[in-house]
Amino acid sequence: MNNVAQYDVESIRNDFPILGKKIHGNPLVYLDNAASSQHPVQVINAIKELYESGYSNIHRGVHQLSQDATKAYENGRASVRGFVNADCMHEIIFTSGTTESINLVAQSYARPLLKKGDEVLITHMEHHSNIVPWQIVCEQTGAELRVVPISGRGELEMDRFAALLSERTKMVAVGHVSNALGTVNPIKEIIDQAHALNVPVLVDGAQAVPHIPVDVQALDCDFYAFSGHKLYGPTGIGVLYGKEKFLSKMPPYKGGGDMILSVSFEKTEYNALPYKFEAGTPNIAGAIGLGAAIEYIQSIGLGAIAAHEHGLLEYATSKLRDIEGLRVIGEADQKAGLISFVLDQVHPHDIGTMLDMEGVAIRTGHHCAQPVMEHFKVPATARASFGMYNTFGEIDVLAEALNKTIGMFA
Amino acid sequence: MDNLRELYQEVILDHNKNKRNYRKIENPDSFAHGVNPLCGDQIDVYLNLRDGVVEDVSFDGQGCAICTSSASMMTVALKGKTEADAHALFESFHHALTDDEVHPEDVPLGKLKVLTGVKEFPVRVKCATLAWHTFDAALKKVQDDISTE
Ligand SMILES: Cc1ncc(COP(=O)(O)O)c(C=O)c1O
Repeated sequence: MNNVAQYDVESIRNDFPILGKKIHGNPLVYLDNAASSQHPVQVINAIKELYESGYSNIHRGVHQLSQDATKAYENGRASVRGFVNADCMHEIIFTSGTTESINLVAQSYARPLLKKGDEVLITHMEHHSNIVPWQIVCEQTGAELRVVPISGRGELEMDRFAALLSERTKMVAVGHVSNALGTVNPIKEIIDQAHALNVPVLVDGAQAVPHIPVDVQALDCDFYAFSGHKLYGPTGIGVLYGKEKFLSKMPPYKGGGDMILSVSFEKTEYNALPYKFEAGTPNIAGAIGLGAAIEYIQSIGLGAIAAHEHGLLEYATSKLRDIEGLRVIGEADQKAGLISFVLDQVHPHDIGTMLDMEGVAIRTGHHCAQPVMEHFKVPATARASFGMYNTFGEIDVLAEALNKTIGMFA
Repeated sequence: MDNLRELYQEVILDHNKNKRNYRKIENPDSFAHGVNPLCGDQIDVYLNLRDGVVEDVSFDGQGCAICTSSASMMTVALKGKTEADAHALFESFHHALTDDEVHPEDVPLGKLKVLTGVKEFPVRVKCATLAWHTFDAALKKVQDDISTE
């Protein structure tokens, strides 16, 4: 409770210029953080400074600017390494986002290894980006995709997971936190059970890293993927953490400059990790912005942020439950950062438009998780998702706007 | 808030709550399935023609208020229209909602005019046009069947 009391949300809000904006004449209430979060001045300035006084291509020039930019880019990697507590820098690969990170593992790790009769195990609550890359690689190799079901509360059926895991399983890919339900999955348990059968595990951490301190060594996960833009950082930058023992044996995912040591037409020698997987000029500003975002988060403390958001979630859940005709979708014991819901009388799209006119930004739709929608037999949901800068007062505005919406459609 | 009233006019809210011709036609002359993959709206449109005239048209499925009321109002507007007039009405409606150059007032839409408030909400235009696209697809199907016979 102390943590929450000391948490200075107003001073945090002052760091985010966009939060002062008005939408349709009302103060912006930004509750779409699970889709993408906003940016503190510290991130904006880091990018601005780069372009104003430190920019050049990296890893290539002998000149001063190139050395400075290279250093700043690698500092971004160092921040990421510390943030997820990876053992070494070269286990952190910059990608364009979670989606590319997962595709990289599917194509470079799984594809050469999978064959007919093998299985890839995912869950029913995955984001499309942790479904489709596995479908593609299964199609390419003849392997089969197996899916762990979820319960009516939106939790993984762990006994089914155990039953589906077998010597045929060659890969497990699971979300840490569900973007459609908010469920926090027991990934440590999943990893331990998979490892007992020597099966590597990829964790889709896109929705987890903004809310939960992650230690990839303590988890012992083999791959961990996330995006910068859900972590108060820029778009177009993401991370793949991978254990060196896997990464070093994997073939490159893309070919081009920077990922090679030497090229002749007879033979090309690949560069060392992590550069082997970073072909072409990378997202330099993205990596630097992501580094700044992580430093900003660390200056507040992810633990304190998580406690604040947990308070918001509890408050919002009880407030929304009081609204007649509102059904919360996803009632797992362990939830983080978001609440999905439907109204009896009003379609999520109409909720979205009504709330927008009040300045409240939420997401409506299937959240790139159509199997989840089908499981709960809803075409779509409305989703309010929280970030470090949201307030209890904003939840009141949300509830008020929902009541107004119901009034209009009743 | 004024924009909102334009969007969710009483007539629209009424058609959303009390859907007209919201039923399946068994063994229809034609049928089409429409989806808006972005929002998950799904609509089936059923069509019976007699002597080139829309004898019966109905819909079912799930969608937002704009999508549902647009479908409901469409079925009312289409009944009794010739195929040519029905297709022309689809074109006018589509035109009024999607062409920035066109002022909705200038298009003869009759009761459907209430739906043109959606133009102020560009992301919602697809909701209003889904049923119409689906109807037009159903109409084309019969016409194609006839022309290939
Ligand atoms: C759980 C989850 N996985 C993956 C993704 C994909 O992330 P990106 O679009 O940044 O690649 C998202 C983003 O919506 C997500 O919520």
